[in-house]
Amino acid sequence: MSVTNEASGWRCAACGGKLEITKVGFTYMKGNFEVDLPACRSCGQALVSEELATGKMADAERILEDK
Amino acid sequence: MEQDTLREWEYKCIQEEPPECTATCPIHVDARMFVKEMARGDREAAFRVLAKTMPFPGILARICDHPCEQKCKRGEVDEPIAISYLERSCVEQTTGRVRVPLLPRREQKIAVLGSGLAGLTATWDLLKKGFGVTLFEQSGRLGGSLRELPDALLPQEIIDGELAILEALNGGIRLGETMDGQRFEEICREFDAVFIDRETITGCDLPLRQNDRGDIAINAASGATDREGVFAGGGTRDCGAWSPINETLQGRKGSLSIERFIQKANMEAGRGNDGPYQTRLYTNLNGISLTPRVQPADRAAGFSDDEAQAEAGRCIRCECLECVKTCLFLERYQAYPKKYARQVFNNERVIYGAAHTKNQFVNSCSNCGLCETVCPTNFHMGDLCLQARRTMNEQKLMPAAFHEFALQDMSHSNGEHFTLARHEPGKNESAWLYFPSCQLCATSPGEVLLSYGYLRERLTGGVGIMLGCCGAPAYWSGRDDLFRESMATIRCEWQKRGSPRVITACSTCQNLFTEHIPGMETVSLWTIIEEEGTPDITGGTAGTTVAIADPCSSRHEPKTQTSVRQIVRSLGMSIEALPLSGDKPECCGYGGLMFNANPKLGQDVIARRLEADNAHEYLAYCAMCRDHLAAGGARVCHLIELLFPAVAGGDPAARGWISWSERRTNRARVKQGILRELGEQGAEIVKSCEGIMLEMTQEIRRRIDERRILDDDIRMVIDHAEQTGKRLLNTQNGQYRASCQTENVTFWVDYTGEGDRFTIYNAYSHRMKIVGVK
Repeated sequence: MSVTNEASGWRCAACGGKLEITKVGFTYMKGNFEVDLPACRSCGQALVSEELATGKMADAERILEDK
Repeated sequence: MEQDTLREWEYKCIQEEPPECTATCPIHVDARMFVKEMARGDREAAFRVLAKTMPFPGILARICDHPCEQKCKRGEVDEPIAISYLERSCVEQTTGRVRVPLLPRREQKIAVLGSGLAGLTATWDLLKKGFGVTLFEQSGRLGGSLRELPDALLPQEIIDGELAILEALNGGIRLGETMDGQRFEEICREFDAVFIDRETITGCDLPLRQNDRGDIAINAASGATDREGVFAGGGTRDCGAWSPINETLQGRKGSLSIERFIQKANMEAGRGNDGPYQTRLYTNLNGISLTPRVQPADRAAGFSDDEAQAEAGRCIRCECLECVKTCLFLERYQAYPKKYARQVFNNERVIYGAAHTKNQFVNSCSNCGLCETVCPTNFHMGDLCLQARRTMNEQKLMPAAFHEFALQDMSHSNGEHFTLARHEPGKNESAWLYFPSCQLCATSPGEVLLSYGYLRERLTGGVGIMLGCCGAPAYWSGRDDLFRESMATIRCEWQKRGSPRVITACSTCQNLFTEHIPGMETVSLWTIIEEEGTPDITGGTAGTTVAIADPCSSRHEPKTQTSVRQIVRSLGMSIEALPLSGDKPECCGYGGLMFNANPKLGQDVIARRLEADNAHEYLAYCAMCRDHLAAGGARVCHLIELLFPAVAGGDPAARGWISWSERRTNRARVKQGILRELGEQGAEIVKSCEGIMLEMTQEIRRRIDERRILDDDIRMVIDHAEQTGKRLLNTQNGQYRASCQTENVTFWVDYTGEGDRFTIYNAYSHRMKIVGVK
């Protein structure tokens, strides 16, 4: 599922706003990254999908742990 | 790790030791590699292997007296590999030309007197080393006694062809040079060093000290004569049968000595392996089927292509790999301990910021010690890895991901929900102290409570109880600080109760207590039961057969293993022997925290075990073995379930998998159970969110548990979302998705519900921390 499609199925329950593709910053093992993700800009809530968390993100974590 | 320590580790692993054929060969031809290339049918490659070590392979391969075959390990099974025939077959059918790398020219000039095999070898070796060499031969042609061999064995034109290379390399060749004392003195003045082939020049001709037989006397190790700069060798015909390969060795030794002499290096140091020596390589011959040596159809013509390939295919390619063959962890990383030791060393030494690449490797070993048991030299990979883990912790380079879950589980066991130390209810002294272990309480709480009842009934003097964790996770993760803390607490509580004998139901606890608490006398629960007799009511089914899965921690506890077997037999059950038992049990994947640092490997370890022995009903006496085998799909029960069935008439082997959350609840049940008997009120420990009720299907529960997400983690996320209103709504299915970030992990939960009752549809986590939304 593309990030854009994923954003369309969600709303921020806090403010009722739509999620928009936004740059979300991550940090792990002294590394910093920016990823385009659906997020509520006003409340600062990002959406990390299961696919991302258990896929690319987990792979990147493993690589960083071995560095 | 220091360099010296690395070298000790490296020396301990014998995988890179040469095979018998190579070690026995005076010039150490890599016969194993040669035969391998022949088995592949690649004669040219095989020839290159010979030419790497052999001078004039076209000659030597035809006439070598092959001492290698006498030591060939295949010969211990049936017949040695026909290395000699294979060598002949190789050189007869190859172009026989290889590019020889020459070292840069050196200014020193060397004289070689005599052109038997020793003299020819010295000439060739010295030319390759870059020296200017002049070969003096009294007769009219080179070769010495090579020329006397039958033509069928070594045709004259082969000798001429092979020796032509000496001319091509500008080796000065002087034929028909009479050698006497005067000429010898001239040569000694003109050249920087001299090598004499004793096959053609005897001591009578020259002013050098002689031995009893009239040969030029030499130092056996270096070939040095009594005159400085003059070396000699060869002529082995005089001391028994003529051995071409020993003649070659003598020439080689001479050339090495001359090089050392020119470099003013020590002549004898480090030359123990110059000739044949004893290798340390171990090769397991079990399971090698009998295959007789291939006989060439035409003996005179030697091996045909097919015959040579078939004969070479008999080679067992000697190597050790005993540990790699038995350990999936060692196999998975595609090397062997000697290489691993170097990798671990490099991993430790890399400058901060550079790639480590072996962090997960170091933390994937189960520390079970099976490698040490099967290793001919007792290499213990666990010791190596454990030391590396300690260093990683000291250097603050240990990723939390590898051990955090296990250390939190340990922290739970050593926290208020579980820890307890008391005398027996109604008594104020303890002759015994029962330590049932945190993991057994986690998986079999009811059975543990019944076993405590049994001990109080059968033993006198008071049986106290201590609940807690022995600190194994801290020990395995290299967190010595936490481990010492655990041990200190246990020692203190034990001493407070008068230092009684400690009864353990877990072999890991028992090992750690024995090793780290001086004076603590421990005995296994199973040994007590063997001695005191089985309980009156048991759940064992007489007549059934079980395969006893010894835990790796019982490896050095034969007494415990025997007790378990005695108990099982006394229940009327039969025992099926597993190949990896006794002193060779394999870890279930929990040990060393493999399950945490490398979950996939942990699952594969169990899967491989079950693949090999899938027909058994297992009996474990380690809680983690039971749980991991059960999670892998095996029918397995714990011994305590047979002896103290908490549910009458149940089928404990069908109990299956158990979640990490359930384990924590079970531990608390054991504590509550004991407190009730003591008439004490357990302090209510309820966190704000503990009242949240979670509902989910068994499938979802299992998936979440495999991700090491606890019910409490889910409660925390929901509590946080409900309190703050921070959650996302899935407009298609109406479910909420919320997250909560702890120190190292962010948990996500999909849920519906309100108040204190929620339905869970999914949960997952990541360790990357969200630091901002732009």
